[in-house]
Amino acid sequence: MANITVSPTRMELTRLKGKLRTAQRGHKLLKDKRDELMKQFLDTVREVRSLRAEVEEELMTVHKSFTVASALMSSEALEQALLYPKQSVELTQTSQNIMSVNVPVYNFQTKTRSDSDIYPYGFAATSGELDTAVDALGKVFQKMLKLAEIEKSAQLMAEEIEKTRRRVNALEYVMIPNTQEAIRYITMKLDENDRATTTRLMKVKDMILKESLEEKRSETAKAIETFGAGEKPV
Amino acid sequence: MAATYQIAVIGDWESVMGFRALGLDTYPVTSVEEAKEKVRELAKADCAVIYLTEQLAKDMEDVIARYKDELRPAIILIPGREGSLGIGKNNIQRAIERAVGADIL
Repeated sequence: MANITVSPTRMELTRLKGKLRTAQRGHKLLKDKRDELMKQFLDTVREVRSLRAEVEEELMTVHKSFTVASALMSSEALEQALLYPKQSVELTQTSQNIMSVNVPVYNFQTKTRSDSDIYPYGFAATSGELDTAVDALGKVFQKMLKLAEIEKSAQLMAEEIEKTRRRVNALEYVMIPNTQEAIRYITMKLDENDRATTTRLMKVKDMILKESLEEKRSETAKAIETFGAGEKPV
Repeated sequence: MAATYQIAVIGDWESVMGFRALGLDTYPVTSVEEAKEKVRELAKADCAVIYLTEQLAKDMEDVIARYKDELRPAIILIPGREGSLGIGKNNIQRAIERAVGADIL
C-alpha cells in the first residue's frame, strides 16, 4: 500500500487530479509508442536473421576461395597482390527517425576507374582462384552493408523499446495507483471533516436553543410570580 | 549531416585481406588487446561501420557493449576463417529478449 504523506487540502486534491490526468494520457501515448515500435522491431529482426544467415554462408564460401588461393600462391605474393587497392569505398551516413529512434542509413559509392576491372593486381603472377574470391567478396559486400544498417537499427530499437516498456510499467503499476490512492484519501478526509463540522454546528444550535428556552421559561415564571404576588392582597 | 565515413574491417590477417581489394580499411590484428585498442581508436575517428570477426569478438564483449547503444559506429560481427561461432545470431536473440522480455521467435 502506498505511503500517504499528502496534506488533505482542496488545493492538493486539485493538483493530484491534474497529475493523474497527465499520467493517464502519458501512459496511453507510451503504450501506443511501444506497440508500434515492437511491430517495426519484429519486422527488422526477421529481416536481420535471414540476411545474417545469407551473409555468413556467402562469407564462408569467400573464405574457402581465399584459402584455395593462398594454397596455390605464396603468402608474400598474395599479400603483394592485395596490398594496394584499385577502388575505394566512401560511405555516407544519414539517419532516419523511426518512432523517435534515430537509425542509420548508409549509402556507399565505390570509386574505381572502370567497373569491370576491380582486381588490384596483374593476372600473370596470381592464380584464378583469387579472382573468384575477390569477385564473390564484392558481391557479398552489398549485403554486408545492408546487414550493418538493419542490425544496428535493431539494436537501437531494442534499447528504446526496453526504455519505453519500463516507463509504461512504472506509470501503470506505480504512479497511477499511488495517485488514485492519494486522491481517495484526501476525498475521504475532506468528507469526514465536513461531517464533523455539521455535527458540531447541530450541537451548538441545540445548546443555543436550550439556553434561550430556559431563559424564556424563567422569565415567564418570574412574570407569573410577580402577577400572582400583586393579586394576593386584594 | 551526410558526412563521409570509413568502413573498417578488423580480424586476423587471413580473414581481412580480401576486404582490402574492395577498398575497405583493413586492420589485421594478432591479439584481442590489439583489437580492443583499434576499435576504440576507430570509434573516435570517422568510422561508421566496423566489421569484426567473431573469433575476436568472443573475448571483447565489454568493448562491443560499450558501443551497442550508440548510433556510430555499428560493430557488426562476421564469421572469420575458422567458421561461424553463432555469436552474431545469438546477439540478435539477445536483442529480442531485451526488447520483448522473452524469446518469442
